[in-house]
Amino acid sequence: MNAVVQAVAETRHLLSGNEAVARAVWEAGVKVAAAYPGTPSTEILENIALYPDVYSEWAVNEKVSIEVAIGASIMGARAFCAMKHVGMNVASDAFMTQTLAGVVGGLVIVVTDDVGLSSSQNEQDSRYWGRFGHMPILEPADSQEAYEMVKGAFALSEELNSPVIVRMTTRVCHVKAMVTVGERETHEPAGFEKDPARWVLTPAAARARIPWMFERDGKLREFAEASALNRIVEGGDRRVGFLTSGPAAMHVQEAFPDAPLFKLGFSCPAPIGRIRAFAGTVERLVVVEEGEPLLEQELKAAGIDCHGKDILPRMGEMGPDVLLPAVKPLLGEPWEAPVGHRRQSLFPRPPTMCVACPHLGPYFTLSRLRNVIISGDIGCYTLGAGHPWNALDTTISMGASMGVALGMDKGRGATDGKKAVVAVIGDSTFLHMGMQGLLDITYNRGNVTVLLLDNRAVGMTGGQDHAGTGRDIHGEEAPRVDFVKLVQALGVKPERTHVVDPYELPTLFKVLRQETKIEEPSVIITNQPCVLIDDYEKHQPYKVVDEACTGCGNCLDVGCPAIFVTRRDKAVKPSGKEVDLAFVRIETAACTGCNLCVETCAPDAIVHAAPTHSVKFQ
Amino acid sequence: MTDKDVTNILVVGIGGQGVMTAAEILAQTAIVQGFDVKKTEVAGMAQRGGVVSSHVRFGPKVLSPKIVTGTADILVGFEAAEAMRWSDHLRPEGVAMVNTLRLEPPVVSLGLYDYPEDPIGAMREAGVNVYAFDAGAIALELGDLRLVNTVMLGAIADHLPFPAEVLEEQIVARFRARKPKLVTANEQAFARGRAAARAAGRAEAATA
Repeated sequence: MNAVVQAVAETRHLLSGNEAVARAVWEAGVKVAAAYPGTPSTEILENIALYPDVYSEWAVNEKVSIEVAIGASIMGARAFCAMKHVGMNVASDAFMTQTLAGVVGGLVIVVTDDVGLSSSQNEQDSRYWGRFGHMPILEPADSQEAYEMVKGAFALSEELNSPVIVRMTTRVCHVKAMVTVGERETHEPAGFEKDPARWVLTPAAARARIPWMFERDGKLREFAEASALNRIVEGGDRRVGFLTSGPAAMHVQEAFPDAPLFKLGFSCPAPIGRIRAFAGTVERLVVVEEGEPLLEQELKAAGIDCHGKDILPRMGEMGPDVLLPAVKPLLGEPWEAPVGHRRQSLFPRPPTMCVACPHLGPYFTLSRLRNVIISGDIGCYTLGAGHPWNALDTTISMGASMGVALGMDKGRGATDGKKAVVAVIGDSTFLHMGMQGLLDITYNRGNVTVLLLDNRAVGMTGGQDHAGTGRDIHGEEAPRVDFVKLVQALGVKPERTHVVDPYELPTLFKVLRQETKIEEPSVIITNQPCVLIDDYEKHQPYKVVDEACTGCGNCLDVGCPAIFVTRRDKAVKPSGKEVDLAFVRIETAACTGCNLCVETCAPDAIVHAAPTHSVKFQ
Repeated sequence: MTDKDVTNILVVGIGGQGVMTAAEILAQTAIVQGFDVKKTEVAGMAQRGGVVSSHVRFGPKVLSPKIVTGTADILVGFEAAEAMRWSDHLRPEGVAMVNTLRLEPPVVSLGLYDYPEDPIGAMREAGVNVYAFDAGAIALELGDLRLVNTVMLGAIADHLPFPAEVLEEQIVARFRARKPKLVTANEQAFARGRAAARAAGRAEAATA
């Protein structure tokens, strides 16, 4: 991790967009920063936490993170929060009111869009929040711009009396590029000034703010028209000109180096006047947007003729490989892709659970249960939908497993009458948004069995700490929530609350069977840590005794990626039925000795092996 | 069109193998040589045993961080099938430096898909200039599988637009401060990787 915490002003460093944002936040004199981890935004707060003079925290969810930042801004401190695109949905309740109240200390929110869906449940365009919340959106294209725009956004926020969203995408967050850094400014909080007419948003107070907000809209438009963040990159070939923002601007320059380009840095509200003037200087205008045809529609509504999603894809990144074949035909130049080597067709390699993951047992168990409907959640739990478990029926959004399960229970028709409804959720996910759902299950007497898989980490994003781990963002000791007491406080009966070791399959089976038969809410909490965090303890690895392996393949159903097939065969049972056999080996170097496969092995063919060099691959 | 002054290196493998660290070191070395650099990867879910690819681009000025299909100068493959998967990204005269390791994912173990019989042969058949050798064996001989990273970087050292020593220094400097014991092992890994690639190149030339 390159935090450049010690870097001196005017030095150049190779920084990811996220690291550059962290540096900018520190330099801008920010006092309070909060976030909930989410790809591709996670590293922003991880890096801010390395600067000792910024208060930083993992909040339980994005709404709370923005509330913390709002509170600090009201005190006059510069405040920051970061989240991924779907996190903004969670935060939006607080955010949509704050945009009406404005700020005291500069308030900047970085929202990161997962263009191309590398690890999210949807692809959404956060530029809409600017229109929705009547506030500015800035769009950096690389690390240097991310650094400059975030740093400048605090002053802009104070000047315009508005929160500012800096919209980044994966190709800014996770691209490393050269950045020249500066120094930290000091901004002492102005102190709290009582002003209930502004801060107590009763209908009467809020109503009075709306004309003020419309007035601000006008100011924002003037700012956008004048802003140096909106700039034209001249080009000699005026047959086509481009309007774009963010990393798409880099892709356009790469693909069409001679074409004029209007690059929007201050993209909301759009500087329609300058765009109209630019459109007049080129034969055709092409709007290149990663996400929705938002600008395209605004331009068309303003009577500016342009191409956009009529020639470009509606989803994914606008890389040179996408732009060239789409735009070249406009110029009457057929596009021929670079002659490389032919594409090879190959098996897919989807993400899977790690070797010895404590979730393997619960998903193996669920895959063996008949007549269950399983409501899943986001994070590593989603991987349970894959092979070999196929043990998830839904995944909607973070924490939704609870409410969806209750709805399934209440909405069941005659054909589903006897099916048990199980909800699976992780520890951090439960604290993020699951608690309220569980309360709804108990309050409304739902018949749902909840599996709360506590692995003491936000696993999918890299094992960050949260209110259930006993550590804070700096790894310092912190109060740890007691999940048993918590679920009981939410109305689960003590006799319906169980804590189970996820590596003990017989117990897991027994408890799950029992609870799915009982028609009231129950919670089964598992209690082993994520294999990627320091709390995880390795044991002596296992190997397979070749002569003893009968090829039954039961161990493969656990789904541990350290088990490999060495040979396949067929056998005929006494009943005449043909069965497939798969003889296996265990990659001893990867095995952590969790014992799960041993429990599934009927002929006791799996025995301890001498430890070898440890391998980290999953 | 891609600027000819820009060098494109694509490093591929599986989550947890050290692909990103290798790319990071390449990028750092390019900085030391005074180039503009951009580096990007697909992370997130890839850490869970999925495909990892890291694009490293450097030159006088780099715009887009992505390497366009058919324009990579060097493909560094930490695993045989992953090298095959990405070989269409190489330009015709590009070089594929491949670790012969075969890592079968659970979907193959479960019998849902086949792992290719001979990924390196398939690449050669498609006309790819492949240098293949067992980097894992070299690393293990030197005492630590994690040295695969350095072995692979040593292997491409003769194909870079800067001297091998500059790259080696970047690797070794990382250990000199924190883990001095590993300096010698990494120097050896670098040299062995470089030698292995030369031997693989000669073998390739002999069969061509």
